[in-house]
Amino acid sequence: MNIPSDLKYTRNHEWIRAEADGTITVGITDHAQELLGDLVFVELPDLGVEYSAEQEVAVVESVKAASDVYAPVTGSIIEINPTAVDSPEVVNQDAYAAWLFKMKPAAAADLDALLDATAYQQIVDAT
Amino acid sequence: MQKTVLNEDHRRSGARMVDFGGWEMPLHYGSQIEEHHAVRRDAGMFDVSHMCAVDVDGADSAAFLRRLIANNIDKLQVAGKALYGAMLNEAGGVIDDLIVYYLDENSYRMVVNASTAVKDLRWMAERLADWQLAATITARREGADALAMIAVQGPQARQKVWQVLPDCRSACESLKPFSAARSGDFFIARTGYTGEDGYEITLPAEQASKLWTALADAGVQPCGLGARDTLRLEAGMNLYGQDMDETISPLDAGLAWTVDLIAARDFVGKAALVARAQQQQFLGLVLRDRGVLRAHQKVVSSEGAGEITSGSFSPTMQQSIALARLPLAVAIGDTVEVAIRDKLLAARVVKPCFVRNGNVLV
Repeated sequence: MNIPSDLKYTRNHEWIRAEADGTITVGITDHAQELLGDLVFVELPDLGVEYSAEQEVAVVESVKAASDVYAPVTGSIIEINPTAVDSPEVVNQDAYAAWLFKMKPAAAADLDALLDATAYQQIVDAT
Repeated sequence: MQKTVLNEDHRRSGARMVDFGGWEMPLHYGSQIEEHHAVRRDAGMFDVSHMCAVDVDGADSAAFLRRLIANNIDKLQVAGKALYGAMLNEAGGVIDDLIVYYLDENSYRMVVNASTAVKDLRWMAERLADWQLAATITARREGADALAMIAVQGPQARQKVWQVLPDCRSACESLKPFSAARSGDFFIARTGYTGEDGYEITLPAEQASKLWTALADAGVQPCGLGARDTLRLEAGMNLYGQDMDETISPLDAGLAWTVDLIAARDFVGKAALVARAQQQQFLGLVLRDRGVLRAHQKVVSSEGAGEITSGSFSPTMQQSIALARLPLAVAIGDTVEVAIRDKLLAARVVKPCFVRNGNVLV
């Protein structure tokens, strides 16, 4: 199972990378893409919209099922990845390269509540 | 969980296994979309040994099936000929859909769905006792005489089978669609659930692994239930439990063509079907917008509401398609709307056969 140690995670199977400028980059984990199977549709949020932590932000759909992607923290959408929309299969190919959206967190301290790789690994092992 | 005789073969091939009606079956072996394309473009194979072959033998077997099945088995006059039909309850709901093969005048073979087999066998045994007919019903899924089933499908499927089973070629090369022939221990039918040419091969369980491996070595792609579902959806073929069940009339599920109300013959559910005319029509939808149609989404039309019964992404068409029960006044070519999350998205109404023999028909 590919769970990079330099990323943060949620129990909803999102990964989060804290960038130097204080923003975060968000995608779904390798475990999530494997559970979903071949992705065929990705719907991403509009720029500038504010979301609360754990609010539905995006949708990823495989041939098999639809799955919501949640905001890891409260904040606003500052960028989306158009490649993921045009070619959803890139998420299957490399879930950590194929990010979905970037957010500006309302409070930097909220990132401390996210899971580290070890804690996320335990969640994956338990499911 | 129950396992087919090919379970170890699937695991060795890296299959992702899932629970399918109590059976541990391969969902895919890596990419269900690639498996789908293999069947449309070349040849793929499916382990369908979880489905249950049921042999009906005896002097009254024809009389029994004539009354049991909504399609008319008297259409079967040539050995090996197959008929698709449904078993109904007294209310006219679908207990199961099935294929029945005519072997000889005292002998038929049915193939029923995996998760309904136990229910089907009980129903059949009860009807046989009620009607006091002389026939035996033998399920061939377990025990010493257990059978396995491998479906080989795709434009190259028949060639690949002949290559692997040269001794069977003479028996099955001239088979017409929807007919079967015996060749030694093998029962080979030119049937399938993909909209492509090919065979469904029924054989003794202990020989299945050898055939599976030989077909794989000949370049036939192992395919899981994921690809099986998108292939049958593109082909416009019903899935039991999703497109129809015990509460749905075959007339409302696009199965009127499998119900013979013309013959004087009586069958279980006939009175209910005659008393209650068709209420809805079963048609296809092609999503115009981006998104994915799914079962149970509501359809909104100027003629009233409908419901999607099966929906997914079509790998062949590269857009989302669905099967739906719609109001009778909706016409092919109409545009309807489908409620997907918080949006209404436009979909085109089409005949429920999207792809056949590699060609998009809608």
